[in-house]
Amino acid sequence: MNKAKSLDFKKVISENILIIIVLLMVVLVSILKPNFLSLNNFSNISVNTAVRFIIALGISGCLITKGNDLSAGRTVGLGACIAGTLLQKPDYSGKFFPNLPQLPIWLVLLIVIAICCIFGFINGCVVSFWKVPPFIATLGMQTIVYGICLVYTKAVPLGGYRKDYTDIASGKFFGVPYLFFIAFVFGLFMWFLYNKTRHGKYMYAIGGNEVAAEVSGINVSRTKIKIYVLASALFAVAGFLLGAKAGGASVNTGLSYELEAIAECTIGGVSTNGGVGKVSGILVGVLVFELLKSSMQFLKIDTSWQYIVQGAVIIVAVALDLRKYLAKK
Amino acid sequence: MSEYMLEMRGISKSFPGVKALDNVTIKVRPGTVHALMGENGAGKSTLMKCLFGIYKMDEGEIYLNGEPVHILNADDALHKGIAMVHQELQPIPERSIAENIFCGRYPVRQVGPLKVVDHKRMYDEAYELLKQVRMEYDPKAKLGTLSISQMQSVEIAKAVSMSAKVVILDEPTSSLTDNEVEALFRIINDLRDQGVSIIYISHKMDEILRISDDVSIMRDGQYVGTWEAKELTIDAIIAKMVGRELTNLFPPRDNVPGEPILELKGVTSILPNSFKNVNLTLRRGEILGLGGLVGAQRTELMEAVFGIRNIASGEIYFKGKKVTIKRPKDAIRDGIGLITEDRRGTGIFGVLSIADNVSIASLDQYVDAGIVLNDAKIEKLVSDNVAKLSIKTPSSKTLIQSLSGGNQQKVIISRWLANNPDILIMDEPTRGIDVGAKYEIYQIMIDLAKQGKAIIMISSEMAELIGMSDRIVVMCNGKVTGEVSGEEATQENIMHFATKFN
Repeated sequence: MNKAKSLDFKKVISENILIIIVLLMVVLVSILKPNFLSLNNFSNISVNTAVRFIIALGISGCLITKGNDLSAGRTVGLGACIAGTLLQKPDYSGKFFPNLPQLPIWLVLLIVIAICCIFGFINGCVVSFWKVPPFIATLGMQTIVYGICLVYTKAVPLGGYRKDYTDIASGKFFGVPYLFFIAFVFGLFMWFLYNKTRHGKYMYAIGGNEVAAEVSGINVSRTKIKIYVLASALFAVAGFLLGAKAGGASVNTGLSYELEAIAECTIGGVSTNGGVGKVSGILVGVLVFELLKSSMQFLKIDTSWQYIVQGAVIIVAVALDLRKYLAKK
Repeated sequence: MSEYMLEMRGISKSFPGVKALDNVTIKVRPGTVHALMGENGAGKSTLMKCLFGIYKMDEGEIYLNGEPVHILNADDALHKGIAMVHQELQPIPERSIAENIFCGRYPVRQVGPLKVVDHKRMYDEAYELLKQVRMEYDPKAKLGTLSISQMQSVEIAKAVSMSAKVVILDEPTSSLTDNEVEALFRIINDLRDQGVSIIYISHKMDEILRISDDVSIMRDGQYVGTWEAKELTIDAIIAKMVGRELTNLFPPRDNVPGEPILELKGVTSILPNSFKNVNLTLRRGEILGLGGLVGAQRTELMEAVFGIRNIASGEIYFKGKKVTIKRPKDAIRDGIGLITEDRRGTGIFGVLSIADNVSIASLDQYVDAGIVLNDAKIEKLVSDNVAKLSIKTPSSKTLIQSLSGGNQQKVIISRWLANNPDILIMDEPTRGIDVGAKYEIYQIMIDLAKQGKAIIMISSEMAELIGMSDRIVVMCNGKVTGEVSGEEATQENIMHFATKFN
């Protein structure tokens, strides 16, 4: 009996080794740099985490159905740019649409979501009906969306945002950033969707065994299209928020965010083999990644080296995930 | 030469919570076919995995031709002369036959400083090897163009090329036609004459008695004994496997067929080599057997009824009304369920729980307020079914992949029962399921028929077909070639229709 317990303990450690290493790192950094634990830094991390969490939630549906969405980062960028062009100060000299009237913020958000959803819809259709592997389909879409963003913005960087727009990111409620609440609401929504609705059950079923899902009467194509559309909608929201946070946007906004999102999901236990993944796990994955980045910044590690570490973490995360799967055989 | 080609002595292997093998000993004489039998879970494949170093055994020794050997992995086993032709072949279909045979050890020749693959030698040698397994075939052909039985022959040729002394055949005939089985048996006899020892794992009793010299039986991880095949009968083998006398393999059928519920008229596939002009009537409360050889297009026909395949012409009448079924959802709406033949590939959701696996096809029934799933209702559905079909599982949250084949099958039956269908199509319902669980599945089928449901059962096991069907429709080469009532059915008259190619 004791032996079995110690085996479990070993398993828990080996399956969560990345999380444990990052937590140890956090402890180390907090000792070395006491202001790492300051409220200010935490609000900073939560703001960063919020946007990344929403992107990771979007991509999780694709991953759970053994798909992917490599157009995520570019869609985030396009969303940020569209929002940026529509929410500039009336008196800003470099205004993109000089004669644009003051649009309500919610309308802009809806426009951004609607436009980005078109690309998700195309992704979903290409994957479902043409049976193009999601990796390739969305890789192509990544380039297309980037091109559209270039055409639309003429590669001009955007700035001079209205205060009511940037307030969304900088505003706080009892010292807690609005973004924290927004992310919380999205997390709750996705948890509900994944666990309490037919769509969620169908998603896990398709990821677990697509043919069996088809035989069970699930409309696989429709479910996948919904997943890719929802993903784009979340990327749109993330882009909208990212623009507000940065106070500007350019065609390079969101570049390669999809890779981080995939890594975060994988660290959080979304299996690349499909059918497995929880919202709570995704949150842990995003936190781990953001804490890692923040710790490295606090330790004043050269940015170039930060990329190398992040890349290594992504590979190790997927390797560990696959090891879990292989061990079962 | 030692008395035994292969000896495994005192093999024990434990997994957390289970003793999978308990002091198992098996001795295989040279130049014999040695059948290894037991219910699923008896430990046959664990024993073979220990032999191949895939599992590390806790205790025990392996002797090859009298010499103690230590086998590290499957590759090492192959080099020591032990080869396995697996249940699920793992060939590379896009490469040639020769490359599949010589994969990993291509003949090479020196060109300057380089070693390049000697294609001519490879093809010539492959041709000779194929001849040895009675296959006159171009070794340059893509492996994927072969039938499963031919691929098996290629696997055996590969074993021969490694001059294997022991060849293990794991369920080699599970997807072969009778002619192909005969061809395989000729190859096996050739190997035996050359002094090769063959370990033959199968559930098909009649084959075992025909082909094997010795029979070893295992039960619950323990070695029961070894007998000469000629001393044994099917009943004796079953009794030793289950540890009790099984007087009846099939429960008594007390269901009464009623009025017709499903009619097929002239149903023809869009594919030229598939089912053609099929007429079929199914009645309420009836178990209709669908017999035929592998390749008779029975599965394809039933998949068309269920909306997975397309029909070019013909009509389907359900309760007297003409219906159009384009996708599974249509069939489910009409009250039809399909239990597919490949349980792992197209039936279960391995990484999901029992609860999810049971409820997935009927979720529409448990929705509150148009969107929220009612977990309590789902839980009730699951616990009702677990009790009713006596599914052995620790909890409804258990992953289905950790259950035995029989219990997985019951979970899939529950999935369809949740929709309260009128018709249940069961494609090879007891494939890969042990004797005890088979009986339970049969009882469930009869109970369903008694409730007025109609069952179509595709089966390649003659005994099952004859033992369970009220009526048997036999197909051959895409056409219905005959029909016999359950009482009149014999292996002979079914076989007669199943091989009526013209």
